[in-house]
Amino acid sequence: MLAYIVRRVVYAIPILIGVNLLTFYLFFVVNSPDDMARMHLGMKRVTPEAIDKWKAGHGYDKPLLLNSEASALDKVTDTIFFEKSLKLFVFDFGYSDDGRDISYDIGQRMMPSLAIAIPSLLIGVMVNITFALLMAFFRGTYLDISGVILCVVLMSISAMFYIIGGQYLLAKLFRLMPISGFDSGLIALKFILLPVVISVISGIGSGARWYRTFFLEEAGKDYVRTARAKGLSESLVMFRHILRNALIPIVTGVVVLLPLLFMGSLLLESFFAIPGLGSYTIDAINNQDFAIVRVMVFLGSVLYIVGLILVDISYTLVDPRVRLT
Amino acid sequence: MMPVVLWTDALIFLLTAVVTVFVVYARSKPHLRAPWHRVFRGRIAAASVVVLLAFVITGLLDSVHFRLQLDNNGNSDINHYSGEVLSALDVLLGPIRTQVEKTYSAPFATHLFARETIELEDGTRVRDYPRLLYGGRHLSGSGEDKWRDILQRSLLALAETLLAGVAIFYVTAALLGRRTGSSPRAMLQAIVRRKTGLPWRTLLTTITLLLLLVFLAINLASDFHVLGTDKVGQDVFYLTMKSIRTGLVIGTLTTLIMLPFAIFMGIVAGYARGWVDDVVQYIYTTLNSIPGVLLIAASILMLQVYISNHPEYFETTVERADIRLLFLCIILGITSWTGLCRLLRGESLKLRETEYIQAAISFGVAHGRIITRHILPNVMHVVLITVVLDFSGLVLAEAVLSYVGVGVDPTMNSWGNMINSARLEMAREPVVWWSLLSAFIFMFMLVLAANLFSDAVRDAFDPRTRAR
Repeated sequence: MLAYIVRRVVYAIPILIGVNLLTFYLFFVVNSPDDMARMHLGMKRVTPEAIDKWKAGHGYDKPLLLNSEASALDKVTDTIFFEKSLKLFVFDFGYSDDGRDISYDIGQRMMPSLAIAIPSLLIGVMVNITFALLMAFFRGTYLDISGVILCVVLMSISAMFYIIGGQYLLAKLFRLMPISGFDSGLIALKFILLPVVISVISGIGSGARWYRTFFLEEAGKDYVRTARAKGLSESLVMFRHILRNALIPIVTGVVVLLPLLFMGSLLLESFFAIPGLGSYTIDAINNQDFAIVRVMVFLGSVLYIVGLILVDISYTLVDPRVRLT
Repeated sequence: MMPVVLWTDALIFLLTAVVTVFVVYARSKPHLRAPWHRVFRGRIAAASVVVLLAFVITGLLDSVHFRLQLDNNGNSDINHYSGEVLSALDVLLGPIRTQVEKTYSAPFATHLFARETIELEDGTRVRDYPRLLYGGRHLSGSGEDKWRDILQRSLLALAETLLAGVAIFYVTAALLGRRTGSSPRAMLQAIVRRKTGLPWRTLLTTITLLLLLVFLAINLASDFHVLGTDKVGQDVFYLTMKSIRTGLVIGTLTTLIMLPFAIFMGIVAGYARGWVDDVVQYIYTTLNSIPGVLLIAASILMLQVYISNHPEYFETTVERADIRLLFLCIILGITSWTGLCRLLRGESLKLRETEYIQAAISFGVAHGRIITRHILPNVMHVVLITVVLDFSGLVLAEAVLSYVGVGVDPTMNSWGNMINSARLEMAREPVVWWSLLSAFIFMFMLVLAANLFSDAVRDAFDPRTRAR
């Protein structure tokens, strides 16, 4: 088991190097630091001195890959590639383009993101399982068919509409909860409620329909027929046999998402003005803060790979047939 | 008039040509015709195809671009062209495009949404809602008989639809009857009683319902703002119609662009195995591990820098917006081809071990020929299902990306931009709800039709569901 995990982590390194090279290429080769400086300073009245000053201020005034003026080891280390890209591997994120410490900001904004993302995921999965189980229980009947059609209809509605509509209905019209904002401590609960409700509702359509196929797939298998032949009641078959086996793909599907929860939800957080990592990313995109976007790309890839490893481990935990070697 | 062929126009027409050729080809091959026949036999699928076609026709009309010639007053021999790029749809929608009010107005309103200081004829000033410049302009006074006028026009549209509907039913029955040798009357009965192979009744009813919308628009939209106006007074109905093309382009071109890569890399990886397989797997795992939105954001930011540093390459704003749209499609394609590639790799790994391919290999058939003659036709159903399934997701993604600020150009008409601006409108008091609602309804219709259609395609082509 341990050997397997170590091997997977080692395999992850070339992938991260690939991600790193790709972002380096996108951010520094496709457009030179000069272009970025010009963009930030505005198109008018850009003097070469101003560009040089901006570049020096943000550490972009070094050569890209090889510093021929420096001596010995500094030839490699005193470059943009080393300073801005390689240091990501040791999670040294440096400073954003407006001079803030990125690591500190990420640490500050992680909790609000998780406060929204974890309840949304857990409640969402439970609600989806319930609906899917109901549809699978009444499979082939009109209840099942209308359920599937309802799922397709719910799926066809844009997530943006759920958010705007939910904010309008629940917060503005019925005044059940605040429209947006965030607070620390227990008061945060009332701010969390609306985003979680909306995120659960917007996920029902695709989630319940997807899980229903898992249940139906299990329901067609031989062991289920055997269980019925033994004379077990349909509900007992459903909960004791089908549900438990269908949970395998469901659990692994959730596990792959777990690490990415840290990244927060871009849409929810920016609509509800929650100071999490999702809105951090959106703000960075809108302010064209390349340093933050670069860090978030790298962080996202690391978390995705961690998710993949966790999936393999979780397979061994929920499915005793799987052995990792 | 100078025709303007934008990049996306060219690709859209290429795609239309390819689809047309495929349809003609598939009609002549029984094994290709059979699954499609199964798709169209379902009533829901047939209705959604009609709706999709209506969207596609609108999108195609909106893809014929040109620039009008300006008057040169006989001064010189050189013709000058307007900087404004129009499309065939603009011509069709005619006055709706140019009837611009001052600011917001509700659907069917005769008065502006906001109070203004109006100077009366006798010189006094009052604060009131001013009359619209175009909406309900034909009505007398302050438009008290508005609803009667609307009712009359709607009834007219209904009558026109009924006539057209009867005509469509009869003509179809006559054409079908001639093919089968029965009288139009008998055929009509068969259609109404659903005794036909294809669900003609559903098809024709859907067409008639769509015609009702068309006639309503013709009768009402020229004198009213049927869906209101937006902040700068543009007709929301016009904006939503123009947004159709953007949605379709994103949904179709993205897959068109990524398809060659995904098919080639997926099949080669599965067929060749060994180090080729390792390389392909490495590439798609790397691309997959970058969060999609962030990769798109990073690339679009870079494109913005490029565009703002090279303004000389783009003659009109439409061309600039078009390049951004095409680039968005490419980036979306890069982030979404990995799924299909993985599927194809698995499928060709499996196919490689089948007897007929082993036989072809031992006969010494060239690898390229095995791939094109034996593997490719047998994975096409996977490709088709993925393409159709991806479409609706991409249309929805456009809205989200435009909101994040990395979607289509802000000057381009798109549902994402409309929803984005609706966010502030919903905070107004009283609420400006119409642009959000119209963007939502149009988008919902397109995505719902696409989802229903893709379900039917998957059921008809997927061997696993077919066996059930």
